[in-house]
Parts: sequence; C-alpha cells; structure tokens
Amino acid sequence: MLVSEREQLRENIEQWVAQYGSDRSALIPVLQEVQRKYHHISEYVMQVVADTLNIHPVEVYGVVSFYSFIGLRPKGRFIIRLCRTISCAMQGNNRIARQLENDLGIHFGETTPDGNFTLEWANCLGMCDRGPAMLVNDRIFTQVTPESVHEILDECRKAFGAHTFQGEETCPL
Amino acid sequence: MAEFYDKESVRAPMSQRLQRFEPPSDTQAIGALVSVTIDGKELKVPLGTTILEASKKVGVRIPTLCYHEDLCVAGVCRICVVEVEGQPRLQASCAYPITAPIKVKTHTRQVRQARRHILDLLLSKHYGECYACFRNNNCELQALAKEYGVDFFRFGHPEKPRYRIDRSSPSVIRDMDKCILCRRCVRTCIDLQEVGVLEVNQRSNRSKVITFGEKPLGDVICINCGQCINRCPTGALRANDPTDDVWAAIDDPTKHVVIQTAPSPRAGIGECFGLEPGVPLTFEMNTALRRCGFDKVFDTNFSADLTIIEEGTELLQRLHKALVQKDKMVRFPQFTSCSPGWVKFCEHFYPEFLDHLSSAKSPQQMFGAVIKTYYAKLNDLDPKNIVTVALMPCSAKKFECNRPEMCDSGYKDIDYGLTTRELAQMISEAGIYLPAMPKSDFDDPFGTATGSGVIFGATGGVMEAALRTVIELVCGIQVEDLFAHADITPVRGFDGIRFMELPIKKVGPVPELLKGLFEDWDWLVGATLKVAVAHGTANAKRVMEDIKAGGPCSECHFIEFMACPGGCLGGGGQPIPTSPEIRAARARAIYAEDAAYEVRKSHENPAIVRLYTEFLTEGPCSHLSHHLLHTAYTPRGKYIV
Ligand code: SF4
Ligand code: SF4
Ligand code: SF4
Ligand code: FES
Ligand code: FES
Repeated sequence: MLVSEREQLRENIEQWVAQYGSDRSALIPVLQEVQRKYHHISEYVMQVVADTLNIHPVEVYGVVSFYSFIGLRPKGRFIIRLCRTISCAMQGNNRIARQLENDLGIHFGETTPDGNFTLEWANCLGMCDRGPAMLVNDRIFTQVTPESVHEILDECRKAFGAHTFQGEETCPL
Repeated sequence: MAEFYDKESVRAPMSQRLQRFEPPSDTQAIGALVSVTIDGKELKVPLGTTILEASKKVGVRIPTLCYHEDLCVAGVCRICVVEVEGQPRLQASCAYPITAPIKVKTHTRQVRQARRHILDLLLSKHYGECYACFRNNNCELQALAKEYGVDFFRFGHPEKPRYRIDRSSPSVIRDMDKCILCRRCVRTCIDLQEVGVLEVNQRSNRSKVITFGEKPLGDVICINCGQCINRCPTGALRANDPTDDVWAAIDDPTKHVVIQTAPSPRAGIGECFGLEPGVPLTFEMNTALRRCGFDKVFDTNFSADLTIIEEGTELLQRLHKALVQKDKMVRFPQFTSCSPGWVKFCEHFYPEFLDHLSSAKSPQQMFGAVIKTYYAKLNDLDPKNIVTVALMPCSAKKFECNRPEMCDSGYKDIDYGLTTRELAQMISEAGIYLPAMPKSDFDDPFGTATGSGVIFGATGGVMEAALRTVIELVCGIQVEDLFAHADITPVRGFDGIRFMELPIKKVGPVPELLKGLFEDWDWLVGATLKVAVAHGTANAKRVMEDIKAGGPCSECHFIEFMACPGGCLGGGGQPIPTSPEIRAARARAIYAEDAAYEVRKSHENPAIVRLYTEFLTEGPCSHLSHHLLHTAYTPRGKYIV
C-alpha cells in the first residue's frame, strides 16, 4: 500500500471516529463504514481503528471475525448472500443457488476472478413469508426466481462505473 | 502526593470494570444489608455481593472455572450454577449479585446434573492426556472431573488434535486443544495487564483464543509476562520448558553447570511440594540443587546488589549531568530495567521513552556475564564449558536470555532460564522431597548476599534497595537513622502506584567506590529525590500516560517498574495458582528473609566490594562494566505488519 493511501485511510477513519464518538462503542459503526467503502477490513485498518478508539487491535480482530457482514479478506464489489434458513429452503432456495453458481461460475464462499461478485450463504433475513430471500450488498430481493437472478445480476453489471452503491470506491488495499 | 489517579480505577479499563461487582463501600448509604440463605445457612451480606462470595463466607464450596479472584467476572463457563428459589433457571453464582433476600441451593439434583453435563461437554472437545500434561495433578478441569465422578465420556472424546501447538514464543507455549475457552487468559492480558495479546474470535463452536491476525505468539506484542499461564485452569498455556537440555548439561561431564537462584522462587517453591504459601526454602533448595547435580549454586542476590550499584551510579550520573553540567539531553525519570516483561512493554508501547530505561542489565544477565568472565578466570575454566542456568520466577527471563545482544561475555551469557515450576519438577524427578532437605549455604565467591538483593522479589524492592544504597553513599549516614530497621516502608505494599520523596539535607564524603566519577556531593544538597513504584503493566501504563501528560510522575527522578502484579513473587513462572493472598504470603516470606540478613545494603556486600577491587577495577559504569553489565534496547513499536 502506498503511503498516501495509508494516510487517506487513516484520515477517513479519524473522520468516522469523530462522527461516531471516540470510545469503544463506536467500533461497529466505524467498521461498517470501512467495510462499505473498502469492502474488507485489513490488518492495518484494525490497528488504526484500535489506536483511535484506544482499545487493543486484537479486540477489533475478535469483533471483525465475529460478524459475517464485516470481512477480513477482500471480497467482490457485489456480495450476494442467499438465505439458507428453513423457510427459504422450503421455498426452493436450492434452485436459486444453482442458478447463481451457474451464472457466476463460482461456488459459495468464492469470489469471481474479476473481483465483482462474491457468493455467500446467510441465515434468516427476516423475509421468511416472501422467500427465497437474497441480499445484494445491502439491498434485499425477495421471492427470487431463477429468471430474476439474471435480471439482478445484469443490473449489477450495468451499475459498474455508475456509483449506484453509496460510498463505494475501489479498494486501495 | 497528588492523587492523579483514582485508586478504584487503577487497573481495569471502563469496559471491563463494568462487569465487576464491587461491594459498595458505604452500605449505610444504600440501606441495610441483604439476607441470603445458602443451603439453609443464613447470613447478611452487603448489597451486590455475589452468591459465590457469600457462599465462601459460610464455607459452602461452589466449583468455578472461568472465575478468578484477580479478574473481572465473565460468567461464561456456567460450572458454578446454583438454584435460586423462585427462579425457573439455574443461575451462575459468580455473576449473580445479591440485591434482594434470596434462598440458594447449591447441590440439588438439577444442579449436579447441569455441572456434570457441562463437564461432559467440555471433555468432548478436550484433546489431551493427563499423564502427558504439565498440569497433571494441578489442573482445575481434571480436579472437577474427579470431583463430579466423570467415569466415561458421555459425549465422546476427541482422538486427534484439532490445532497445531504454537511454539513460536521463547516463553509461552499455547496448546489450544486443551483450552476450555474460559477466557481467563484474555481477561488477564487485556484487563489485568492491559497488553492486549489474546482475544476470542469467531462464534459458537468455531471460537478459539487467538492473537491479532492469528499470528504466532512470538510475532505479536506479547511481553512474555506469563501471567496468562498462571491463571489458565488447564494445560493450554505453559512456559517453554528447557529442563531436558539442563539435564543433558548436568549429565555431560565436560560441562561445568552453575545455577543462580532468584529471591522469589524460594518463597514460592514450597507450594509445589504441598506447603502453605510463604514458607521459604532457600537453604533446603541449595542442597537439593547440588544433589540434582549442579556444580555450583549461586545467589542472584549478588548480582541484584551489583545492579543496584550500577543502576544507582547511573542515576547519580544523570543527576550530575542535569544539575551541574546543565545537560538538556539527560532524561528523567530513569526507569528500572530489571523486569524483562516491562522492558519489552516499553519497547512496544513507549519506544520513544527507551532513553529513560536504565542501561544496566537485569541481575540475571549481569550474573551470566560475570560468571563467564570473572568467575571463569578465577577458577581457570574455559567459558565455553560453563553452562549457566538461571532459576527465575519469570517466563520473560527465557526471552531475555535469548536476546541476541546478551552475549557480552563472548558466549551466551545465560544459557537457560528455568521457572520455579520447572525446577520443582527437576527436583522431584531426582527423587527429592524438598522440604525434608538439610540446609546448606550458597557457594563462594558470590555466596554472601544482602537483604537488599532478596527484596528485589517484591514490588518496591528494587527501589528500597537503591534508596538504602544511595542514602548511605551520598548522605554519609546510616539508613537506620531515617527509617527504623532500614525498612523503607513507604515503597512497600501492594498499592498499584506508590510515591516517595526524600529531601537531601546534608551530604557526606564521596565513597572510595565512586571517587573516579564524582568529586563531591555538594551539588545535591537541598535537592529532593522523588521516586515512584508501579507493578503490573496496567499500572505502568498509568504512569507512562501521566508522564506524557506532564503529571506528578514526570517530576520523579527514578521509577521502579515490574511487569507482574506484586512484582517477581507474582511472576509468570511461579507455582500455580495465584491470588492476592498467596502473593501477600510470599511477600511476607521475602521481607522476613531480608530482616534476617546481617548485611542488608548492597554496597556493603563483601563479594561486590571484591568484584570491584579485583575485576571491575575502574568502578561502576566504567568502560568494562558498560561492556559487560549494560545493554541497549530495541524500539519495537506496537504495529504488526
Ligand atoms: S489440561 Fe488438565 S484435563 Fe487436560 S490433559 Fe492436562 S491435566 Fe488433563
Ligand atoms: S505472556 Fe503476558 S503479554 Fe503475553 S499473552 Fe500472556 S498475559 Fe499477555
Ligand atoms: S487458554 Fe487457558 S485461560 Fe485461556 S481460555 Fe483457554 S483454558 Fe482459559
Ligand atoms: S428463512 Fe429465509 S428469510 Fe427467513
Ligand atoms: S465460574 Fe461462574 S460462570 Fe464460570
């Protein structure tokens, strides 16, 4: 990472800390901001965050590894999370899963080589009455069908370049 | 002295402290006491007392695993569950503050079954064989399995390890297959020591105690204090044990194996042989060591005295530079450097303060350098055939003796660092029951020690020893004139941070030893020497932050730091378990030994006087002593790449 990028990163973090407060209760909102902007939390980020919040880096690491929506490793710019809990399972989420794997050419837990899509399982998204449910970054899609998977993916592909997803930026890490 | 810190907050950070139930000091203010009935026994306790604490008062035993007296409450293991009348579920007694009258039952059928289940579940993930484990017979999990009559594995038992043992650290080995996730080590490292190496990651059955980025322990900011080892209920954490190598050296006829024994292990080793804490076995241990096959048994107190002379001289030199030569580059306060845990803490977290650390090596390393030079010459031995072993209460000493710069004698100054526990193991391997040994003295030429060396083992001891020497060398008076029995009590005790001021009203002549360095002491008249003492790195951190902020600590001239709570007597190599009472008992043993010595001041130690006349002829802080007895530090920083 370039020095200037590091400085930029540190500046961003300091700004978020100023916004959310400088004690440990600001940890999750700050991490969410980093995740939104950089799509993952690097070791460097964790140490800077710990420093600014006056806690230990290992505590930040513990929190980051606890939550599935905050990631240690770089992920695709679109993270697709398909619900695997029982209601969605009964409403045919396996067909959606197969469709996604087919269209993207990757398995669950993987990222496309171009770094655009990551496929993951999620637990109940609270949309059980309208399953199968699926999240793309922070947008929820319900009653997904194999056909609508196409459309959703197309929409994502079209969104490249245009900043549809707020705060999004290429990840410098 | 100004109260820049409030006593209550002297340790835990806020987040952790919220989980601790301090019984209110003023029970009147919030009304009366609450009454509680435990197994039919009624008593009254202050509001907020936990069921566990209350049951101790009436002599009812409740088993615990995650609870530890030194740490904040976690309530994660649930082995301490009890039945509270009127509540549908069992309650964890360690985490249940009593706020209203309750009736508690501690061993109903439901409670017994729940505890047994918890044990069965713990064992279903616990890979390890007790007879091949260093905690055999000293393991809380094993003891509970016996207590609750575990005679088969209800939920199975792992047959293969799940994790690799982390042997990367020269001091602490982590075997996560034996970990029961009680998080005592986490609370020790984060809350008690405030170093912040260990945490639990992930969720549910994937949880594991990890370091930052799951890196090997040797690559992170661990200061090797070993406090986590002393508080782990199982064999998941242990010190790096060199006893096999030590035995091999003993069995090798070409090797001359010498051991130096530090003050604290003697006050603790009895605990490994079933004695009450606080029974010193100094002279029994000497005999046992000879029977084990060590060629010479020396007393680290000798080099503790040497440290005092070198470190004290350095302090006087700094003062001289600042007061007389008006040198702006001199750094105050000077920090002690005998605790390798503290030194590494400073290197990681306060690298900009390394100039403040005394350049004097720790007693362990000074002794090594002296043995492989002076002693070798005296006895016509080839230093390459000398094996130096150090018995220490400390796991960080293992790291210290492996520091690459610690080879000033031309060889590795100290070959092996042994902990109290490891030596107890060697002694029992030799078929010796230590308490029954006849007594014998240390070997010459370093035999005679002083009381000042002994008290190095307790927090405040280094400061007291230094003050005894500085007062006499500078003021030309007896310490006894100022303090009854030369006991400088203001620096003793277990308060996290302690201060003392010593006005220098009149001075004496410069003693022979320091003639080469100072002409007179007149420049010190009217000065007030300010000193402070801190133990445990959490308190060290308070002091350092205060210095940065320009508070009262920044006005001190000399500060003693010990990485371990209680000083060396609470070191990471001492017998397990540890608690405030055990540490207090060990401290009593150490101060009793000090009082029993005839010579109690470092500069009066005849062996020291001899060393400076025969070997270090240019005196303290001279060229040769700088080469052998002083060192430099490495700014490490806390960022891990
Ligand atoms: S940790 Fe305890 S229970 Fe486990 S193998 Fe060692 S002695 Fe046995
Ligand atoms: S040895 Fe000390 S610093 Fe290292 S992990 Fe254990 S408690 Fe933390
Ligand atoms: S390593 Fe020891 S102290 Fe730490 S969580 Fe595991 S069993 Fe508990
Ligand atoms: S089960 Fe899928 S949203 Fe609830
Ligand atoms: S000892 Fe009470 S929950 Fe662990």
